[in-house]
Amino acid sequence: MGTAGRLRRFGVTGRGLVVVLPFLWLLLFFVVPFVIVLKISFSDIDLAIPPYKPLLEWVGKNSLAIKLNFNNYAFLFTDRLYINALLNSIKVAFISTVLCLAVGYPMAYGIARAKPATRNLLLLLVILPFWTSLLLRVYAWIGLLKANGVINNVLMRLGLIHDPLTMLYTPFAMYVGIVYSYLPFFILPLYANLEKMDWQLLEAAEDLGCRPWQAFYKITLPLSRNGILAGSMLVFIPAVGEFVIPALLGGPNALMIGRVLWDEFFSNRAWPVASAVAILLLILLVPFMMWYQSVQARESAGAR
Amino acid sequence: MSTSGGAAVKAAPWRDPNARPYVQVDGITKSFGDFKAVNDVSLKIYKGEIFCLLGASGCGKTTLLRMLGGFETPSAGKIFIDGEDMSGVPPYERPVNMMFQSYALFPHMNVEQNVAFGLKQDRVPKAEIQERVATMLDLVKLGGFAKRKPHQLSGGQRQRVALARSLVKRPKLLLLDEPLGALDKKLREHTQFELISLQDKLGVTFVVVTHDQEEAMTLASRIGVMNHGEIVQAGTPSEIYEFPSSKFVADFVGSVNMFEGKLIEDEPEYVRIGSDELGGTIYVSHGISAPPEAVVWAAVRPEKIFMSTAPPEGGTDNVVRGAVQDIAYLGDLSIYLVKLPTGKVVRVTQPNTSRHAEAITWDQQVYLSWDATSPVVVTR
Repeated sequence: MGTAGRLRRFGVTGRGLVVVLPFLWLLLFFVVPFVIVLKISFSDIDLAIPPYKPLLEWVGKNSLAIKLNFNNYAFLFTDRLYINALLNSIKVAFISTVLCLAVGYPMAYGIARAKPATRNLLLLLVILPFWTSLLLRVYAWIGLLKANGVINNVLMRLGLIHDPLTMLYTPFAMYVGIVYSYLPFFILPLYANLEKMDWQLLEAAEDLGCRPWQAFYKITLPLSRNGILAGSMLVFIPAVGEFVIPALLGGPNALMIGRVLWDEFFSNRAWPVASAVAILLLILLVPFMMWYQSVQARESAGAR
Repeated sequence: MSTSGGAAVKAAPWRDPNARPYVQVDGITKSFGDFKAVNDVSLKIYKGEIFCLLGASGCGKTTLLRMLGGFETPSAGKIFIDGEDMSGVPPYERPVNMMFQSYALFPHMNVEQNVAFGLKQDRVPKAEIQERVATMLDLVKLGGFAKRKPHQLSGGQRQRVALARSLVKRPKLLLLDEPLGALDKKLREHTQFELISLQDKLGVTFVVVTHDQEEAMTLASRIGVMNHGEIVQAGTPSEIYEFPSSKFVADFVGSVNMFEGKLIEDEPEYVRIGSDELGGTIYVSHGISAPPEAVVWAAVRPEKIFMSTAPPEGGTDNVVRGAVQDIAYLGDLSIYLVKLPTGKVVRVTQPNTSRHAEAITWDQQVYLSWDATSPVVVTR
């Protein structure tokens, strides 16, 4: 009997290992950190390293006390800052998602309808930005948008404007950055959906009396619903917690929950409050994630 | 085999020079780059016909159909439907509906919604839509399936939904692209007859594209045989089968034995052909028009050849001797492959009329003969 046989006697099989590995990964890098954050969110702030008090304490000889502090959560609802930041984040994420839909749908549609050779090239162009760091790409936008940046210079050289436009550190710049960065996440699932589309359905619709735009509205759009939802969730969920882009492009008054989180953790060293913010954000986003999961499940089941 | 072919078959309007064609195709050409998918095709189709475009894949039949539907723009030529020039008329404004080969049913709509789609598009009143959809679903025997989604239906049911959807708008012309291609053989045969009776009932003119010659023979009032983008012959199924105008048509429709030869006697009422391939002479009891000494081909259908173990009576024309090389027993008939001394293999079919016939077996020497009316002489 070999090693493999001996292992099998204890219930260790190749197939079992394949299943266990991803779960182990999730446990180590998702569940454990989550539990730690959850724990911190219930503890008291402390001037120490780390800057919070432990939850568990030995009181007396044989008794262990658990002290759960709900003040951190209560605090989030007493100061309008947190609620405002959260609402603003949701607003920004929502507008970004709508903009991604407006820009990304025509692109995904164009790629799906292109000739197979062109299609691969276009897909490569969509994925290409991932080969450089996000930070570099966002910094590049500063160069484009600033007062004496590329866009202003070109417009002034053309004589279209006399004074440079203020674009950098405005909501406009922030939306440009977010839409630019998240667009591939919108395009790719939508493309995967549209690529499966039977284009003959559009001919059938036209044959039955639809103008091309009516055929699009009545056939293509409802059939690509799952692709739109998947793409929207992939933009909306991370955009709510986005920190880097608003910080670099949006200027000082871009109040986002990611920014608040950063400030609490690193400037105020208020780890418990920051953790509470993180947990609250997570709870808010869980329904969207579950929705996304069910859309994905429907999509892969092929039932439309 | 041609049992039917719609209402027009009884009237045979194509024989009447004064009859007004319902669909007129005038010198239609469609080029894709250098390739001419359809090359200068002219056709007249009459009201109530089932006209079949028959050809191998890539012969241009689907392109021609798509031009009728408005999905392709002709490079040259014109199409008239009921007297109206269709140039520049988009599909959604043509009095034409199409049944697609893939059926193209909308997967997010149920059967009823699929069938009602075209009527809703035309803003037909709701009550009328309901009534017409229900009538149509009954007609295709899908009354109980109105709320099903396409993926919950069998292939035959989907085919009938597609048919109902394309007929419910009462088009002047219905285009059918391989309508029975996805069905199995039994269902296909059954559906062929259903299609004919439905067409008879509604009086819609059909243009059917198919690569299946049996299907074309069953359905069509007339068949247009296509090859390399051209219509090589158009006629009733029996004309196409019994009087093919070329080697290609004779060979494509049904199976045939082709003997290459030269005219040795060319009289107005008969011709005699000497064929090295056959190793004998072929006597044909009608005149043909071909230059003397021209190379011609005599086509003899396998079922028109008699096979006997004793030499048949009569002259030396239309008789040849050979050895049975192979036999395929198909139940209703048997196919014999008989090898001639020249090396040519002749295909003969014989109906198995008796259960206890004296069987001809492998390697047996047999005589093959045929009537003087049986061969068709083609010059190209």
